[in-house]
Amino acid sequence: MSLDTTADEGGDDLGGESAVESTAAGDGADGPLVEVSDLAVSFGDVPVVSDVDLRVDRGEFVGLVGPNGAGKTTVLRAIKGTLAPDAGAVRLDGDRAADLSAREAGRRVASIPQETGLAFDFRVRHVVEMGRTPHLGRFDGHGADDERAVREAMAAAGVARFADRSITEVSGGERQRVLLARALAQETPTLLLDEPTASLDANHAVRTLELVRDLVDDGRGALAAIHDLDMAARYCDRIVVLANGGVRAAGPPAAVLTADALRTAFDAEAFVGRNPATGTPAVTAFGAVDAGEERAGERRVDTRRLHVVGTGREAARVVARLAAAGHELSLGVVPEGDAAARTARDADAAVVAAPAFEPVDPEVREAAVALAREADAAVAVGDVADAERRDADHRAAVLAAADRVVEVAPDAGDDALLEAVADGDADRTRDA
Amino acid sequence: MSAWARASGWSAGLAAVLVAVVVVSAAIGPVRIPPAEVVKAVLNAVSVPAGVETTSAAVGTLRLPGVGPLTLPGVDLTYASPFAYSVDDVHAQIVVGVRLPRILMAALVGFALAAAGTVMQGFFRNPMADPSIIGVSSGAAVGAVAFIVFPAALSATVTLPLIGAVDVGLSYSAGVSLFAFVGALAAAFGVYAIATRHGRTPVATLLLAGVAVQTFLGAVISYLQLQAGESLRRIVAWLMGHLSGASWGEVAATAVVVPPLFLLLLVYARDLNVLLLGEEEARGLGIAVERTKRVLLGASALITAAGVAFAGVIGFVGLIVPHMLRLVVGPDHRVLLPTAALAGGSFLVAADTVARAGSTELPVGIVTAAVGAPFFVYLLSNREVHEL
Repeated sequence: MSLDTTADEGGDDLGGESAVESTAAGDGADGPLVEVSDLAVSFGDVPVVSDVDLRVDRGEFVGLVGPNGAGKTTVLRAIKGTLAPDAGAVRLDGDRAADLSAREAGRRVASIPQETGLAFDFRVRHVVEMGRTPHLGRFDGHGADDERAVREAMAAAGVARFADRSITEVSGGERQRVLLARALAQETPTLLLDEPTASLDANHAVRTLELVRDLVDDGRGALAAIHDLDMAARYCDRIVVLANGGVRAAGPPAAVLTADALRTAFDAEAFVGRNPATGTPAVTAFGAVDAGEERAGERRVDTRRLHVVGTGREAARVVARLAAAGHELSLGVVPEGDAAARTARDADAAVVAAPAFEPVDPEVREAAVALAREADAAVAVGDVADAERRDADHRAAVLAAADRVVEVAPDAGDDALLEAVADGDADRTRDA
Repeated sequence: MSAWARASGWSAGLAAVLVAVVVVSAAIGPVRIPPAEVVKAVLNAVSVPAGVETTSAAVGTLRLPGVGPLTLPGVDLTYASPFAYSVDDVHAQIVVGVRLPRILMAALVGFALAAAGTVMQGFFRNPMADPSIIGVSSGAAVGAVAFIVFPAALSATVTLPLIGAVDVGLSYSAGVSLFAFVGALAAAFGVYAIATRHGRTPVATLLLAGVAVQTFLGAVISYLQLQAGESLRRIVAWLMGHLSGASWGEVAATAVVVPPLFLLLLVYARDLNVLLLGEEEARGLGIAVERTKRVLLGASALITAAGVAFAGVIGFVGLIVPHMLRLVVGPDHRVLLPTAALAGGSFLVAADTVARAGSTELPVGIVTAAVGAPFFVYLLSNREVHEL
């Protein structure tokens, strides 16, 4: 967040204004826990990130997403202070990170690395105890406070069961949780996590993020580099998309995780639906389909408008894939509550739906016919000539209205589907 | 049990072992003396300050390398011996005058090398590291060999700039020790300077700089050996490591340097534990990484230099003793550092006893290497060293 926007927000938001004041006063009780402004980092002559603005407030879980090599870890390292930025500033709880002693920084920010390089067989309990280091003077032993913090951290991270085993003997996932416990024992207001769920099974990945979520709800702040976009959408308050050396988007998950944003950031086609269990955005990524379509580093996005005729999971899949490819879509007529209707609505497509098990109202049919007529082509999922289908009549009517009909077998692969849609393009140009 | 309690328990036990090894070692030799008599002779020699008079000290005079006999002018302390057992005079002379300085020197050198080895293995996060890894031993060897080859020329260089007016009776052995000590520190500092860029000293660079400097100094030593002529035998003896001819003065000089440095390292034991996690993580846990590394490197180089200055290059003590103790007490440096140091003392005393017990005396470096290499092979084929 740049200085200008902070000032703007301060104008119409009292909370924002007081935050700015307390930061200026160096008190920082209400200010952001982490504030990164205009950060630029390069390795030698190769710039990694530039103009990165980022903030983490109390009670906020911020997800840092982006493709491999986008600089997520670099940003985290700059915040930790293990990497000197070329430009810009990192403030921890109001103070410039560069001015803080290692000890003081260790009391403000705890980080969980992707891996630890422990070559000697310390016991798990001992590794967790090391989290207390920034709180201990050179000649201090572990006090009651330290004992309590270590015990609670081990219980919360679920490592108490193997506390007396050697760190070299536990599995990768258990090791990751030991590092989480160590960070918890540090008892800092801010947690930095670098791919915290990378080597965890589904159960422990969820438990880890639930735990971080709980800590954040109790007033801490967390910044996590996460590559699982669904997890990021599910647990983060805000998501910052880092790609091509800078912040590409930032905001609540639903606003940031869109097909367009993902295409730009990850250079991949993706369909953003809803997770039926959590209601949060669920991302399904498809690979880049045809490398030949890339010209001068920019993928040509096929935005032609298509009307899809079909029902059920087969049609839902076709809708998702075409939406990911960039097509503007419509769908109908489908029964209310059909799988394809849900998917199409997630993709912001126009959907003509009719109550199931009732004759289709002529007006409804006309609406679908109108959409098909406006579209560049209609995509029929399943056998068009199948007169046995209950909905054969209005299917035929809708398809008849389209300029061109592309037939897609229900089990057609992604490539066949996109090829079928694209081939018609050539036919049409010849016709014209 | 807390780490410091464990450290105290183990240290007390190993200190007792060290005392026992010292007594047994003092009993062994061409003249066999019963251990009970050894203890009595040693206790007889203990003297405590009893008053101030103008007499000279009872147990020899302090001889610092390069400074000569140090007698305090004017008033002097009188010493009284609280013990007066009846011991054979010849036996007492053998134990206190001949064997004990050598044994205590072995204990101090072993203590220093094992402590430095423990710190280096933790510092480099590499169980194969030893005190010589930052060039200390090679530097000491160059200094010592240079003095052995050109004693007269190098004596003059010390006399002139250092202590102009005072008459410096730089004895031959003190000169070797002094030049070894200075050479060791110069090499360590050179390695550090080569590996440091913009205030940061990456451990990997330090390791490689150490290898480069050791190789270069090896060439220098070979060249000096070619120029050595008649002193070649002495060079070879020094390079193989030896403890014969240790005097009380040399023991005192080493004893002044080693324990304070050891205490400094012990104070940093917890930081060393955290440093094992990796430098980035250590920083995240509040360790001022670069400063801590400088302290650890400096203290290790000094304590190693003090060890090798008199005894020459004694290999394997700093490598295998920390290893053995890590297998027994675990990797926590608060426990490992004092126990490894004490065990290192016992190990070298025992090895030196073997070296001098035979009909012809061996350089102790041969004994430690002969015992150490098979043990190292055993480690390689077992659980301790599977990855670096």
